[in-house]
Amino acid sequence: MNAEVKADTLPEKKEFWRWQENVWVDESKDWKSAKIITCGIDVGSVSSQAVLVVDGELYGYNSMRTGNNSPDSAKNALAGVMDKCGMKLEDIHFVVGTGYGRVNVPFAHKAITEIACHARGANYMGGNGVRTILDMGGQDCKAIHCDDKGKVTNFLMNDKCAAGTGRGMEVISDLMQIPIAELGPRSFDIDSDVEAVSSVCVVFAKSEALGLLKAGYTKNKVIAAYCQAMAERVVSLLERIGVEEGFFITGGIAKNPGVVKRIEKLLGIKAMDTKIDSQIAGALGAALFGYTLQSKKAAA
Amino acid sequence: MIANYGYKDGSGEYYISIDTDKCIGCTADRACLTACPKLMFEIITDDYDDEVAWVKKPNCRTLAYDCADCKPSAGYTSLPCMTACTPGAIKHSW
Repeated sequence: MNAEVKADTLPEKKEFWRWQENVWVDESKDWKSAKIITCGIDVGSVSSQAVLVVDGELYGYNSMRTGNNSPDSAKNALAGVMDKCGMKLEDIHFVVGTGYGRVNVPFAHKAITEIACHARGANYMGGNGVRTILDMGGQDCKAIHCDDKGKVTNFLMNDKCAAGTGRGMEVISDLMQIPIAELGPRSFDIDSDVEAVSSVCVVFAKSEALGLLKAGYTKNKVIAAYCQAMAERVVSLLERIGVEEGFFITGGIAKNPGVVKRIEKLLGIKAMDTKIDSQIAGALGAALFGYTLQSKKAAA
Repeated sequence: MIANYGYKDGSGEYYISIDTDKCIGCTADRACLTACPKLMFEIITDDYDDEVAWVKKPNCRTLAYDCADCKPSAGYTSLPCMTACTPGAIKHSW
């Protein structure tokens, strides 16, 4: 017997992975009286950010999901923050593109790698004491050392697989049918510590997580096992270049306490706090590079 | 700056480290470019406007295979890239 299934009777597919997009502007500042306005655009594999820096200070940003092409993602990210403050593209003196789509930002004056930009952004967000940066991006992970000016002294990047990245966490969020923002807190709502899922591959981690559910693990325990696996994976990356005091985490995963606290426990170091959205570090660094370049240009 | 190119996967860690401070103003006439049989090295201008060598992006994800022919199991006692780089900027992690 074949029952006819109409499309409009199918249950709505919820997007549990969907994280909060943000637009923010510092309304205490007046950009119209600024001498130099610069912009950093970070087109990442999962998220895109546009950051406006006014006279060397953070003024506003937009953080949103990356679309299906880099130029449009860059335009939309910038349009979001410019609309919020009534700015136009011609008001901006220098634009720097970064992230994997950096060469496809149509209005950028220069492209700079996300490694240098994250170091510069972290230096602004955490102060000149920042020495070790862990950027947990959408589809890669970077360990960076920098000096007191935010200049990179050592870096290592792993972009070969998505394990230990934001995309991996989104996959688990959808699998568990739990909103991504709740994963971190829920990973601590367990009776006892759990072993990390053994796989370093996000696809196999997903099937292992399914196996654990079938074996009777609660959802919270499975999330805890995945958070632990992510933490162990990035810590092994960090240990390769060494970890110094002044430890700072950037990227979307920095908002997940389930992973951050486990990383801190494994390293025996507490990550530095910031009031600024950790996801904008790359674009912020790009805008600050733009400010330096425009200042030099203006002084010449 | 120490730049590490490569990856870690289930089979091990494969990184080529380049000490860019030794690479700037190379005294070996950029010998790494031709010493590597797979021509994996390339000169770029980095984010701090220095001309340095890096490992080409596609090779960064396949180092274990790309470098296999130069490893001791293939008969080499020293790696061509490291031998050619007399300033000692290049190192392999495996």
